[in-house]
Amino acid sequence: MKVTYIQPDGSEQTVEAKPGDSVMQAAIAANVPGIVAECGGSMACATCHVYVDDAWASRTGTRSESEEDMLDCAMSEMKASSRLSCQLRLTDEMDGLTVHIPEEQF
Amino acid sequence: MDLIEGHAPLAPSDDIPVLDIDPYDEAVLADPFPYYAQLREAGPVVFIPRYEVLAVGRYEETKATFSDHENFVSSRGIGFNDFKLEKPWRPPSIILEADPPDHTKTRRVMSKALSPKVVRGLMDDFRSTAEEVVDGLLERSEIEGVVDLAEAFPTRVFPRAVGMRDVHARHLVDYGAIVFNAVGPDNALRRAAMARAPEVSAWINAACARDRLTGEGLGALLYEAADAGEITAEEAAMLVRSFLSAGVDTTVTGIGNALWCFSQNPGQWEALKADPSLARPAFEEVLRVTSPVHTFLRTANVDTEIAGHPVPESAKVLCVLGAANMDPDKWGDPEAFRIDRRPVGHMAFGAGIHGCVGQNIARGELEALLTVMADKVARIEPAGEAVWRPNNAIRALDRLPLKLIPK
Ligand code: HEM
Ligand code: FES
Repeated sequence: MKVTYIQPDGSEQTVEAKPGDSVMQAAIAANVPGIVAECGGSMACATCHVYVDDAWASRTGTRSESEEDMLDCAMSEMKASSRLSCQLRLTDEMDGLTVHIPEEQF
Repeated sequence: MDLIEGHAPLAPSDDIPVLDIDPYDEAVLADPFPYYAQLREAGPVVFIPRYEVLAVGRYEETKATFSDHENFVSSRGIGFNDFKLEKPWRPPSIILEADPPDHTKTRRVMSKALSPKVVRGLMDDFRSTAEEVVDGLLERSEIEGVVDLAEAFPTRVFPRAVGMRDVHARHLVDYGAIVFNAVGPDNALRRAAMARAPEVSAWINAACARDRLTGEGLGALLYEAADAGEITAEEAAMLVRSFLSAGVDTTVTGIGNALWCFSQNPGQWEALKADPSLARPAFEEVLRVTSPVHTFLRTANVDTEIAGHPVPESAKVLCVLGAANMDPDKWGDPEAFRIDRRPVGHMAFGAGIHGCVGQNIARGELEALLTVMADKVARIEPAGEAVWRPNNAIRALDRLPLKLIPK
């Protein structure tokens, strides 16, 4: 399956991923810039922040309370579409998912 | 029941390999790498007869056990003492040594107080202080890296960040070392720490009171959370104590270890000077190869298992973060110090719900210092033998004679 990351300048990168991976893991494996993920997925750094593309909003589930708390701490503005990509697990329905990378992560 | 090192005796399942060594022997603490390799090779989980504990050191099992807060709890202590069976030496930490739901509440308050946004606000002070400290050292032909730099920098910026009115650099550094020695077995290191604990703890506890803090810093954020009813005022004081136990000696160690890595790998210093934006990833690699926190424990709170081997309730498990960070199955060439490795997933800050809540500030401090140094220091050269200081949980330098050659 595939995931597409769109940088703040509009450039795009599509990477190969498998169900069960997090959107963060898929980005790290392919060296996608802007997904820093310093804490490795412990929900302790907020440097894996992404905005889920509107077209996918209904398929990415909801964020937990603790994820929301951490997003509130992120460098770039938290929006309704904000997710920590380390908490966003890929499922079969998410093939082709598109996320946007924020301006700053730390 | 007769306790062993403050925990219940353990008769392990026959299928668990035995590793008959003392990981807390001072010679092992000074050079742990052969022990790390033995531990990983012996099996996914091993039994250490001397202390009647289990230990994990392969990356997968270490990460899984350390972050499995349901089966392997922190509230029974992250050292040898089982708080359920023996009274701890100090009132337990209400974050580090707590489980959900209590942990969830204090963690939320601490995450906010130490968030990336808050750290951004501290960076100017970190940078200007790094310049002052480094400029002062460049005038000297030789420095002692531990005292002159590794201790000097955090003991200036961190108390100011917290908003402390009282600053006693020695007590601040030593309190962390005492707390970390206390998680070990009842050896000479722990006994020496316990002998110093009353004096240093008394000073620390007094310094956490609201009237000993300014209205500006991280401490004030915790007392504001108390005013808002999220925690009590006593809890706010306890969390300020957590800043001081977990936030000073650890970063001192991180800086000392970073200087050591670069003094041993001059090519990597050249790489950092060529691209100072590698300061943050370079610190991640320092953390991976040196693991400032080398070992913390967990306690099985139910009958459970590790890699298919049964683990009974009350078993203490050494989670050897230093060994996991050197596991060749995870890292390929773990011995190589490469500042552009980007070792996402290293265990130096832990993993899971207890993953270091201060990691953003630690990164901020190191980014500021390494960036300033990359700008001003041509070379970092050893000026004598580096000596490690044995500690039951921390791997830190005792002495690090260096020459800083200005650009
Ligand atoms: C290089 C520096 C540091 C290292 C290597 C480090 C390492 C760690 C590790 C391994 C843990 C996990 C403990 C566990 O799961 O049992 C942890 C937790 C913690 N750290 Fe750090 N730390 C560092 C800096 C800091 C700083 C600067 C602060 C405070 C400002 C801090 C505060 C804490 C606290 C309060 C916890 C407990 C979190 C919880 O239980 O939810 N640490 N740290
Ligand atoms: S990787 Fe740190 S919060 Fe997602």
